[in-house]
Amino acid sequence: MSMWEDLLLFLSLKDPNVRYVVLGLILLSSSCALVGCFTFLRKRALSGDALAHSVLPGVCLAFIITGDKQSLPVLLGAIVFGWLSLYTMDYLKRNTILKEDTVIGLVLSVFFGIGLLLLSHIQHSDYVNPSGLDSILFGRAASLVEEDVWWFGITGVILVTVIFALLKEFVLICFDEPFARSISIPVKMLEVILTTLTVMAIVTGIQAVGVVLMAAFLITPAAAARYWTYNIKHMLIYAALISMSSSVAGAYVSYSFPKMPTAPWIVLVLSLVAFFSFLFSPHKGVWKRWMNMRNNSAKILEENILKTFYHLGERENVEMGYYTEQQLNSIRGFKKSDLKKGLRKLIRLGYVKKSGQSYTLTNEGYRKGERIVRLHRLWELYLSNHVKIAADHVHDDAETIEHIITPEIEQKLEELLKSPLIDPHQSSIPPSRW
Amino acid sequence: MIRISLAFLLQDGSLMNELYIITTGALVAGTCSILGCFLILRKMAMVADAISHAILPGIVLTYLVFDSKDSFLMLIGAGVFGFFTAFLIEWIHSRLRLQEDASIGISFTFLFSIGVILISYYASNIDLDMDCVLYGEITYVPLNTVTLQNGLNLGPKALWTSGAMFLLVVSFVSLFYKELRICTFDPSYAVSIGIATVIWHYALMGLLSFTTVICFESVGSVLVVTFFIVPPATAYLITNKLNHMIILSVLSGIVASVGGYFLANLLNASIAAGMCTTCGIEFLLAFLLKRQKR
Amino acid sequence: MIDKVENPVLEVHDLTVTYHRKPVLWGIDLTLPGGVLAGIIGPNGAGKSTLIKTIMNIVPAQSGYVEVFGRPVQEVLSRVSYVPQRESVDWDFPASAYDVVMMGRYGKIGLLRRPRKSDKEIVMECLRKVGLEGYHNRQISQLSGGQQQRVFLARALAQGADIYFMDEPFAGVDAATELSIIELLRSMVRQGKTIVVVHHDLHSAQKYFDWIILLNMRLIASGKTKDVFTEKLLQETYGGKLTLLTNISELLEKNQFPVREKK
Repeated sequence: MSMWEDLLLFLSLKDPNVRYVVLGLILLSSSCALVGCFTFLRKRALSGDALAHSVLPGVCLAFIITGDKQSLPVLLGAIVFGWLSLYTMDYLKRNTILKEDTVIGLVLSVFFGIGLLLLSHIQHSDYVNPSGLDSILFGRAASLVEEDVWWFGITGVILVTVIFALLKEFVLICFDEPFARSISIPVKMLEVILTTLTVMAIVTGIQAVGVVLMAAFLITPAAAARYWTYNIKHMLIYAALISMSSSVAGAYVSYSFPKMPTAPWIVLVLSLVAFFSFLFSPHKGVWKRWMNMRNNSAKILEENILKTFYHLGERENVEMGYYTEQQLNSIRGFKKSDLKKGLRKLIRLGYVKKSGQSYTLTNEGYRKGERIVRLHRLWELYLSNHVKIAADHVHDDAETIEHIITPEIEQKLEELLKSPLIDPHQSSIPPSRW
Repeated sequence: MIRISLAFLLQDGSLMNELYIITTGALVAGTCSILGCFLILRKMAMVADAISHAILPGIVLTYLVFDSKDSFLMLIGAGVFGFFTAFLIEWIHSRLRLQEDASIGISFTFLFSIGVILISYYASNIDLDMDCVLYGEITYVPLNTVTLQNGLNLGPKALWTSGAMFLLVVSFVSLFYKELRICTFDPSYAVSIGIATVIWHYALMGLLSFTTVICFESVGSVLVVTFFIVPPATAYLITNKLNHMIILSVLSGIVASVGGYFLANLLNASIAAGMCTTCGIEFLLAFLLKRQKR
Repeated sequence: MIDKVENPVLEVHDLTVTYHRKPVLWGIDLTLPGGVLAGIIGPNGAGKSTLIKTIMNIVPAQSGYVEVFGRPVQEVLSRVSYVPQRESVDWDFPASAYDVVMMGRYGKIGLLRRPRKSDKEIVMECLRKVGLEGYHNRQISQLSGGQQQRVFLARALAQGADIYFMDEPFAGVDAATELSIIELLRSMVRQGKTIVVVHHDLHSAQKYFDWIILLNMRLIASGKTKDVFTEKLLQETYGGKLTLLTNISELLEKNQFPVREKK
């Protein structure tokens, strides 16, 4: 079977196993992502991790007591221990000198250690049918059944309903808790509700993805979504979408390569989406910043060349002289390749003309060069008069600021300095052309 | 199969084997506790947690590439990943400007998932399984011994490696106690008297990674973090002097490994998990003893 | 009003410091004579702490340089002492007052060596000078805010430096302690030391300092107190930020523009 047919078969969901897995994962991952947005915004990513680890003793105890591994008692045990761990963390933080990170790590490892102790005890003793209990450690995402889908569906509906009903309030306690208190919003109760939702999402989630990787399901989609939007509603939707599509991708991988585990693949895909967002998102991405810097240096280079033409003209008292590359370089040490590149660009933009081995400014180019020199000298004057920087130190600063001053700022400078004619070095300031 | 033979071995009650296991546990716990004191004071407990998870792909890759469980190679392979994790967290946080808790969470789940994928995919090529990742193999310590060419049995290999690591950490901390203390307490002051805080930071991260690898063999990668955090936290509650805190945390680690061994035997459960539980019990006792916030 | 002095102990030359590309200090040019008690005064966010952190090379400078005793600060660290803000450290750290003051000797003791008897004597002497002789074994979290501040001061004294940079040493200190600290600083100045203090209280500044540096993102004045402490200069320091300078700072940050072109 070709890869393509394989994919089609997978997406058609004809195979009931595939159907349950995909449906279950979609429901589960999107609910976790929604709750995770708030965990992320409240900077509780690691508490979420600790919570996921801490339910293990609850699950094991419930099994030891009831001898049953797939029903309400187990869920109850997990919820009780989830709450217990949160309470313990909160209590230790308030009542000891231990700092938050230590408290989280402490609760995480001790609860998990106790859980593993009980689990290994169960496995080594003669309990009836304990196999599968350890699936909670790494999840059984690849073997979800109809019953699971129902569970995930119910949980999902509850989570979505509550989140969207209380969205305004949740957003407020995430961003500005003191303010929320001040306008008498029941912060305490909302926190309890939000925490309950988190516990619910985690307890449901670990059945599929396991305790260790649970944190990724909460945090990674939220972090990725955060880089694409500033709007919380959009963030919730993006996080859910990212999470759903990563889950389908992960499920597909383990469907076509049976040796591949599902949950780790989902986490891997999620992480890659997150890294992609960190790097390439249009708002906060590193790529954007990097391109910005490149554009800046190109702009600086071009404007410096125009300025050099102007300076040469000023020296010889001609407006539109012809100059060779050597002459341009004699005023200002350009890198040879940079100068050529800059000149080519300026010719393309219509600021510079070439004739033979020499170059000259066009009218537009002349005006642009003049403006840069003007901004340079205005800024020098401003620094020296208003910022009180010594006249011999203003030049370096003006060298960059000249490239960033906007027309509005130029006008403000003009007004503040009362249309000056002479800069601190006694050079004349070209007049404004508008 | 091994489990059965082991059960036999334990029922046999060979005192020597018990001693080997407990001593190895104590050395591992001691090593972790010493470093842990500095980690929790630097508020880096969760970074330690992240690194302990994230070295997994390093261990698996070393295993796959060199086809051996040679501790030295593992040390290098996983050490590289440990460094990489510390660096990745820092990079995501400061360059990509993601909040710190999320950058820790994302980094370690990312690397750990790669580790799990590698283990599952190459399951037939390596005798590493997820149980070993969780619990480690401290029970098997007595089985893997160092034998000289003339047939002289020097005892378990893990005992030697964890002993060496313990000595390394003890000597590092006692030689550079001053510098570690000042970098932890007041890093900007440390810079002002000419101490290169970055070097000490990465030295600590390096030792942390190496220790985690050594511990991996005995307590597993997920439970290592207990030894890093819990005994130091216990000691921190009791004392207010750094050198006492270090000594107390080592003692607490040693007690935990003895207590944990017997607890595990009592419950017929994992020894590593028993040791972690004992650490938790010690913390609870210390907390009850010193209930008030100082 | 920027006094240029001959043979300064501290020279700050055209110093520009940025944070995430946003300039927080613009082109600071500063000289300071030896043997003065100098105050750096300015509103919140004026860059006072940043200035001394940059002088100490804890924060990197975007342009310009700093010389202490005519040399780069890294070369004369043994003669320079820095007192960080009290809130910058975790006072729950397991250490006693004695331990913290001993840290002041670390630079002199050097790598791989242990404190000698003479170091211990110096530490006890410094604790005595700040009036904490009975407290050397006290856990630092059990000290009051003023006592913690004095521990930091004692640590700086233990360094035996010639110039001191102190970041808000009077924050959270009661009036009596503040006076005793000022008395101590004065006596150090009488012995020829130079002390630079970041200070936020305008009222006491005139009494305390014999040299004043007015700062608000740029240097407004630096000179003898009687020359600098004028209505006009204070108005300039506290009368809000320069709008244009702020506009440009924000533009630089937004566009990730370098504050200096690459050479």
